[in-house]
Amino acid sequence: MDKIIVTIMGLLGIAFTYWFFFMKKEKEVAVSDSVDIIVDGGYSPEVISIMKGKTIKINFIRHDPNSCLEEVVLSDFKIRKYLPLNQKITVEITPQKSGEFQYSCGMNMFHGKIIVK
Amino acid sequence: METRKTFSIKGMHCASCVNLLEGALRKVDGVLKANVNLATNKATVIYNSQKVTDKHLESAVASVGYQAMTNEELKSEDEEKAEKQKELRDLKVKVIVSLFLGALILWGSFPGLMNTAPKILQNFLVQLLLATPVQFWAGWSFYRATISALRHRTANMDTLVVIGTTVAYFYSVFVAILPQVVESIGIEPMPYFDVATIIIGLILLGRYFEAKAKAGTSEAIKKLIGLQAKTARVIRNGKEIDILINEVIIDDIIRVRPGEKIPVDGVIIEGESSIDESMITGESMPVDKTKGDTVVGATMNKTGSFTFRATKIGQETMLAQIIKLVQEAQGSKAPIQRLADLVSSYFVPIVLMLAILTFVVWYNFGPSPALTFALLNTIAVLIIACPCAMGLATPTAIMVGTGRGAEHGILIKDAESLEIAHKIRTIIFDKTGTLTKGKPEVTDIIITGTLSQNEALQLAASLEKGSEHSLAESIVNKAESKNLRFDKVEKFQAIPGYGVGGFVLGKKISLGNRKLMEKEKVSLKTVQADIEKLENDGKTVMMLQVDGQLSALIAVADTLKESAFQGVKQLQKLGIEVVMITGDNRRTANAIAQKIGIKRVLAEVLPNQKEAEVRKIQAEGKIVAMVGDGINDAPALATANVGIAMGSGTDIAIEAANITLINKDLRSVAVAIILSKKTMRTIRLNLFWAFGYNIILIPVAMGALYPFFEILLNPIFASVAMATSSISVVLNSLLLKKKTIGLLP
Repeated sequence: MDKIIVTIMGLLGIAFTYWFFFMKKEKEVAVSDSVDIIVDGGYSPEVISIMKGKTIKINFIRHDPNSCLEEVVLSDFKIRKYLPLNQKITVEITPQKSGEFQYSCGMNMFHGKIIVK
Repeated sequence: METRKTFSIKGMHCASCVNLLEGALRKVDGVLKANVNLATNKATVIYNSQKVTDKHLESAVASVGYQAMTNEELKSEDEEKAEKQKELRDLKVKVIVSLFLGALILWGSFPGLMNTAPKILQNFLVQLLLATPVQFWAGWSFYRATISALRHRTANMDTLVVIGTTVAYFYSVFVAILPQVVESIGIEPMPYFDVATIIIGLILLGRYFEAKAKAGTSEAIKKLIGLQAKTARVIRNGKEIDILINEVIIDDIIRVRPGEKIPVDGVIIEGESSIDESMITGESMPVDKTKGDTVVGATMNKTGSFTFRATKIGQETMLAQIIKLVQEAQGSKAPIQRLADLVSSYFVPIVLMLAILTFVVWYNFGPSPALTFALLNTIAVLIIACPCAMGLATPTAIMVGTGRGAEHGILIKDAESLEIAHKIRTIIFDKTGTLTKGKPEVTDIIITGTLSQNEALQLAASLEKGSEHSLAESIVNKAESKNLRFDKVEKFQAIPGYGVGGFVLGKKISLGNRKLMEKEKVSLKTVQADIEKLENDGKTVMMLQVDGQLSALIAVADTLKESAFQGVKQLQKLGIEVVMITGDNRRTANAIAQKIGIKRVLAEVLPNQKEAEVRKIQAEGKIVAMVGDGINDAPALATANVGIAMGSGTDIAIEAANITLINKDLRSVAVAIILSKKTMRTIRLNLFWAFGYNIILIPVAMGALYPFFEILLNPIFASVAMATSSISVVLNSLLLKKKTIGLLP
């Protein structure tokens, strides 16, 4: 009996893990000229959309002391920045191509996305 | 959009400055609020970023006689360092405390060892007391990271550590408080506080070493920033004063004494000296400089004393440009990283699912006590998985690789260029200005008509005065050295790839190559032997035609760079085909190519055809690099798989180039390729290690070897393996620093 319960719970656990991490909907925030991204266990907003050819300022403010998040890497824009705790660090980008560009922490564990339209 | 900015102001000394500055800043259209603090010498401005830029703020501050330092990025380095050091200190304390407490618990609970431990340590409740601070104080950073990650529905390594150790901890709490309940279901009451605490201690220890090692990967940038001089001795109003480097303005006259660092970029106006530029260009020999020569900030003045005029300051200096370029390269992504990226974005949730699966399988099919096996193996799976090693494998190597390049005067624009460079099979060198010094001199003037040598030279020089071709300069220089007069040219015409023409003193003249003479139907029969002889010596021959008659042959030769022969030889040793491309005629080109050992020559190529020639070689299926000066061969540089530019003067931001050699040494082409090969080897090894580690050890932790060899992975060993795996990747990248990337013997 206990084995059946463990099996059912396990399968539910796997299904829940899949749903929780892989089925989340990304909320997209449209940015016209500047945006504050809070770095705390990830990036919020995680997905921003901007217009092609327009220069925008992204202000990263890190509240999370986890060393994983201490750097932000926007490799498509050749930017790797150290984010001191609780300080606003601004990066400027002017995307020339449309598409989806990932950004991540220095260890590539946390991800965000810039959608250029 | 409202923006808030705080910046330093130089030159403030009294309270009235505050009012003056606030007034000036508030007057700027778009500024909503401006506060100036005398104590900190800082202004805080809230403004509309659509209307106001840094320039507006700077000029408002300058209008009342002060200087706004709106761009203070370099300054934050110290703060960054202090913050890092504090973090490391805190981490060290946590590591020591948790490993000490963990060791006590282990002593009191490990079979075989526990008999030697004092009775008090064997008490479950004492163990609970010792384990609790480790779990929730030392391990708090894992919890914090997990909670905020879960809020974003993401997971990382901390999530795995938290789940693994929390399961071990709470199971142990249950056993410690209610041992009889556990016993009643047939399991020996055995807490696993040692597992939870030692895992936390070891992973924190791993983080400590990793943070220390990681600091080494970005050392190159710090070294470059450290090169900057702190002060400059400027001459203002006839007085010499020492000022901070960021107070230097363009056109300041700066004095540099022997043994001093040159503060900014500029041009010498008086005096001469020998200057050590090794820190910027990697060139080991000091360079002699005199009036009119450019000097580069952060280089070291050796013997003489001189004054120079500042031409580039702040972010415009060569050092600042190098720093920017290296920073950009370190922020870019190598294509080889793509797979690791893809895997790491799914990795942690998959490990979580595998951990659940492990529990279910061991609980249902494992030997007795099934719950203990299931629990320990699940924890082992969670702890052994190490996504960080995958994330660190490529970027750390790229950071060390690009940094090493910068130390040798090789600036790599991005990780992709560094990656492609190791696949280069063919390298095309532009001749003029790349293999040669680009300063041709007139070597022979052979008269074929009635004009004297000087008359012929005078006509040729008058005509070439209006041309920008490098050969033209040599003729003009020769005429100047003979004090010849330049006559006025009418109807001047330059035909690229042919030569120039026009009317001088009423005579129709033209000067150019054989093709131009053919076009103008001038016979070269009588001088054929002379032309051939000159060309066989590697000289470029120009023909002067006056009123339809051939009047003179003017031969010009360009000196080869000292590093050309070695540079080509090194590449050939690496098995790379070397090609020379030039507008010269075939005979001259072959003669030069032979001198430096180049076998394949593309001669008589017009400037606009260079790009097509690059494409032709690419069509042979080869990865091609083009080496040029970055000025007139920009399209060819951009077309090549890797464009390599020889840096000129203090401008290193050559757009079309992927790699810029600021030391102007042709041997550096081979060094860049060796560096690329070594970096790629390091990356491959890192990726192999990071992937191999997870692919092999996760199944082992799940118990894949148990049915055959009864091998299981103890969670404590899992944490040792995990902690060492990311460190080993970082250390392997750091090994790149120790590797010789010099030339082959």
